Amino acid sequence: MHELGSILFLMAAATLRTATPLILCAMGGLFSEKSGIIDVGLEGKMLMAAFFAAATASLTGSPWAGVGAAIVASEVLALLHGFACIVHRGNQVVSGVALNILAAGLTVVLGNAWFKQGGQTPSLSHSQRLMPLVFPNAGDSILVYVALLSVPFTWWLVSRTRFGLRLRAVGEMPLAVDAAGISVTWLRFRAVLLCGFFAGLAGSYISIAQNAGFSRDMTAGQGFIALAAIIFGKWRPVPAFGACLMFGLLDAVAIRLQGLKVPGIGEVPVQLFQALPYLLTMFLLAGFIGRAVAPKAIGVPYTKEH
Amino acid sequence: MSTSRRPLPVWADIILLPLINIALAFIVVGIIVEIIGVDPFQALGLLVTGAVGSSESIGYTLYYATNFIFTGLAVSVAFHAGLFNIGGEGQAYIGGLGCGLAILAFDRFLPAWLLVPIAIAAAALFGAAWAAVPAWLQASRGSHIVITTIMFNFVASALMVYLMVNVLIAPGSMTPQSRGFAPSAALPVLLGSTLNLSIALALACCVAVWIFLWHTSWGYALRTMGHNPAAAVYAGTNLKRMTMLAMCLSGALAGLVSVNELMGVQHRILLDFQAGYGFAGIAVALMGRSHPLGVVLAALLFGALQQGGAELSFDIPGITREMVVVIQGLVILFSGALEHLPRPWLQAVLARRP
Repeated sequence: MHELGSILFLMAAATLRTATPLILCAMGGLFSEKSGIIDVGLEGKMLMAAFFAAATASLTGSPWAGVGAAIVASEVLALLHGFACIVHRGNQVVSGVALNILAAGLTVVLGNAWFKQGGQTPSLSHSQRLMPLVFPNAGDSILVYVALLSVPFTWWLVSRTRFGLRLRAVGEMPLAVDAAGISVTWLRFRAVLLCGFFAGLAGSYISIAQNAGFSRDMTAGQGFIALAAIIFGKWRPVPAFGACLMFGLLDAVAIRLQGLKVPGIGEVPVQLFQALPYLLTMFLLAGFIGRAVAPKAIGVPYTKEH
Repeated sequence: MSTSRRPLPVWADIILLPLINIALAFIVVGIIVEIIGVDPFQALGLLVTGAVGSSESIGYTLYYATNFIFTGLAVSVAFHAGLFNIGGEGQAYIGGLGCGLAILAFDRFLPAWLLVPIAIAAAALFGAAWAAVPAWLQASRGSHIVITTIMFNFVASALMVYLMVNVLIAPGSMTPQSRGFAPSAALPVLLGSTLNLSIALALACCVAVWIFLWHTSWGYALRTMGHNPAAAVYAGTNLKRMTMLAMCLSGALAGLVSVNELMGVQHRILLDFQAGYGFAGIAVALMGRSHPLGVVLAALLFGALQQGGAELSFDIPGITREMVVVIQGLVILFSGALEHLPRPWLQAVLARRP
């Protein structure tokens, strides 16, 4: 009985560990998408943040300086995205793709130039990392709790405040918001900045809490899984949180099942579990499991009429 | 805003603006190189010599350009239909699976003149099939093609890892690679480098795409759908069928990357042979204004960057090959998302002249 309890505890901990960057990233992406700005660039923001977190923590010795640098790096990309999509009404998907590619290249180029380890940062010591707070074997660093708190915070901000009401309005019908005398540009910029903030936290979690340093392409598609979670949660914070937990659980199960033979089925391919979040989201998008309806004005640049 | 000003003359729109955009990208790259502590002009010099300094390096440049032509054309065809295909990466990967499977199945007994066309057709077919699913989901179920093609890239990657590790791996091999293809599946090499005959295929595809888009009624319907779906419906176009056609064509073109990579160079199926070309195709299409001729020019530039960047990283240890990825990202940013940035300024300058 005690054994089962400890396995369940470890599984829950593993789920939460994997889900943490997804949750933070999804909450960030939710603000952006709610305001009508598609964010395909979550991955790039997170990768850039992960790099600057590890690089700064390694140079200064302080994990908190790392988190700060990660947020700044992520916000710079978020501002670029906003500059391109809100100010210059550029294509939001193109901008997101550009930022992803830019981040994938820049992190390796800078990492190699600064640390000369083929794009990696030096391995971080315990004092340079965010270590588990309560359970040493569960990896519950402070950012895990921040991620858990980010969900009610996002829910409250989006559905219980004036800012949230306007945010939702600007994603559905920016013309109405503009007519009410509220700046569409400033509202969307705030949404994009919130997104950058959370993506920055997610990235720093990956490189200085979950791992002990940065390695190239270490986000490995988690930004896109977070995007999938937003869609899976139908652009609502709590269901999106549920989707992140589910995707985290899939990953934890996949690691547990690796190399194990399941009676009657044989060895379950790990790759199937890796592909499942995407496949499930595709099923959802195709309308086979409920219907995911995006904010109406998503992806459409707003042109003020004169 | 810009609409009130006189629109740019055509030559400025298709030549000057892309050049300004790429110049902006290069200025930013120069700043990054400077930050790293390398003289940007020295780096540029090395890059140019590395790309076109010898017949061997020109061969490599053209070999890389071949891949960029395929993926650039793939993105362009979808663009003309008003669709954004980010799935070139996955379609090229699965195209490679088709190409490889066809060769592994037949290379023991079919002659080259029969095997090569079959393998090329299989690459196109598998690439098209991988694009057909997101296309169908968009056409019939209304799921957004950008999201579904992204998701399919990851599914393709998971599928390929599974197949290579568990099914297609050569017996006794430590690395996940298939057995080597028979020599009958190898394309003739040109210029004594990795450049091979698939560049002819790439150029033929350019001509074919040009004829299809601008000189057939289907191509006309496809472009009409891209410009104005309502008008296309009014003219009797079946949007669902046209979406499928555009995406399958796009996927088939992306799938052909494997002809260059697997039949021309690697002669076996291996992991990640397509890495990055699918995404770079977006940059190529944007820079080339989605026109086959523009795609060729942009592909040549990107091929030169790829080759020159590789040489540059040999010469200067502080710079890695990923510098090229940075340039690609910046080109997409400046000629895609920020394409309107220099426009008002250019309009103002040109308007001053009579």
